[in-house]
Amino acid sequence: MHRIDLRLDHITKVEGDASMDVVVEDGKVTDVRFAIVEYKRFFTTAMKGKSIAAIPQHLARICGTCSNAHVMAAITACEDALGIEPTPQTKLLRRLVMHSLMIRDHALHLYLFVMPDLFGKDAFLDFDENNPEQHQLLHDGFDIKSAGNHLAELVAGRSVHANFPVIGGFLKFPSAEGAAESVQELKAARPAVLRLIEIFRKAPFHFDRKTKYMALVQNDTFGYLGDKIVTSRGETYERKDFRSHLEHVALPYSQASAYTYKGESYMVGALARLNLAKDKLHPGTKKSAAETLKLFPSTDIFHNNLAQAIEILHSIDESIDILSKNSFKPEPVVKVPMRAGTGVGVIEAPRGTLYHKVVIDKDGIVENGEVIVPTGQNQVNIERDVGTLVEELLPDAPKEKINFEIEKLIRAYDPCMSCGAHFLKVKWQER
Amino acid sequence: MASSPKIKIGWFSFSCCEDNTIVMTEVMNDHWQEWKELFDFRHARVLKTDNVMDDFDIAFIEGALASPEHVAKIKDIRGRSKKLVAVGSCAVIGLPAGQRNTFTLEQKASIDYLVARFGALPEVKKVSDVVKVDVEIPGCPMDPKVFLEKVNGLVAELRS
Repeated sequence: MHRIDLRLDHITKVEGDASMDVVVEDGKVTDVRFAIVEYKRFFTTAMKGKSIAAIPQHLARICGTCSNAHVMAAITACEDALGIEPTPQTKLLRRLVMHSLMIRDHALHLYLFVMPDLFGKDAFLDFDENNPEQHQLLHDGFDIKSAGNHLAELVAGRSVHANFPVIGGFLKFPSAEGAAESVQELKAARPAVLRLIEIFRKAPFHFDRKTKYMALVQNDTFGYLGDKIVTSRGETYERKDFRSHLEHVALPYSQASAYTYKGESYMVGALARLNLAKDKLHPGTKKSAAETLKLFPSTDIFHNNLAQAIEILHSIDESIDILSKNSFKPEPVVKVPMRAGTGVGVIEAPRGTLYHKVVIDKDGIVENGEVIVPTGQNQVNIERDVGTLVEELLPDAPKEKINFEIEKLIRAYDPCMSCGAHFLKVKWQER
Repeated sequence: MASSPKIKIGWFSFSCCEDNTIVMTEVMNDHWQEWKELFDFRHARVLKTDNVMDDFDIAFIEGALASPEHVAKIKDIRGRSKKLVAVGSCAVIGLPAGQRNTFTLEQKASIDYLVARFGALPEVKKVSDVVKVDVEIPGCPMDPKVFLEKVNGLVAELRS
């Protein structure tokens, strides 16, 4: 029997640390293991005994780049447990927090992680300033990131571990002057986003196969603080159902947990969102990206990059609208008496659907909690796709080429290992 | 500036949420042109694939040390680096990544099998528990202004 063991240690240009093992026997892939090798930091165990007021900032520390998504999911879960209804202004500001996150996080992924693969470079900073196209892209990438970062500073306090949003509202509010500056910056970044969409529309990378997808969809607009979980099978689930529709899969070799839906793998993230709700995008985005949007729905995983580029445009267009049409006034944080209860928060993080659950006693002390992150939901799909990809490349492709193609494919999923290793209780299945 | 060799940088993440990496990439929005001339990122997994473990002028360390491999690696990095900078709360004080050190007996009992399963250290360590740290930049995440101030100070020192 001819056996090949492929191992990719410490996959680069992704969030966090992961490795990939592929075993090939007689030309067939017999085992694929995408292992998250970050050490567990036990956030859900550490929740127990803390006051509910501390939970959003606590859970933010699961992940640096997705932290404002964790803040929003945790606030939603805590408000659900306490029976708090946020004010209309708070809802608008939260939408802006999510838009700022999508702009800066997707731009980080597309320019710093993915774009080097498209241009045969090792790093984005290796792009040549004397080459007009690469010069433009360097400026575009940092300008878009900067516009997202400044919007986050304006509405959330900062891009990482946002300190303005709290349970019941916000502690600080955008000034008219700050909003006007942000609008100007977002408008200036818009042409760069159109160039970005064009690059990923023309990108020669493709990997298409049938897969299921799932996303939280908002009723009124394309948003990330949605109302219902919708699947590509056409089913819908309510937020309160939490994860009753998902099956937990224990992976003895990984520090993270994986999930399936009705026994099948599925994907979450920008591609799933575009597939399920592209008709709800901002009118300006629909107009500017009309041709590109015809490519969706798509099951080409590399279209996840394109979907992220379109989401940046949507987030810019909607942020400009919100900031231009509203003035924000200081308002008190909504406070209610403590009560025992269970709360669920579900939002769309940049990488897909994020679930938080919190159980509190009558004094608001946390008894239990659970967090399900997007990368755990994409894990089984990633492994299956890598297996298929390797079989397609064998036996002719050299090992370096296979490694590069695997990394490229994994990057298209935009996995986040910091999130993946936050800790979920694992039931071990020895093999 | 162009006549001096570039300053060799290593950026390493151990057990943490990598918030300082994100802050660094946001600081880069305004400083990338200067950094392109000034720094040679020899090892920065978030930025590049062809990472080189040779000598570093400045090694930035984020995260706490959670395993014997982490301890061996930080000692190796220290041996290769003129200056070692601990960035962020997990590197500087070991928390929150090392929050299991503060768990109650009941909480510890519920996670012991996982700590053992992956060969983690019985107690998570901050960077200065294991190697000499030249500069500390505290914060969760680090403050971008303090980061720039310390980086500029180190650049001036290395160039003097």
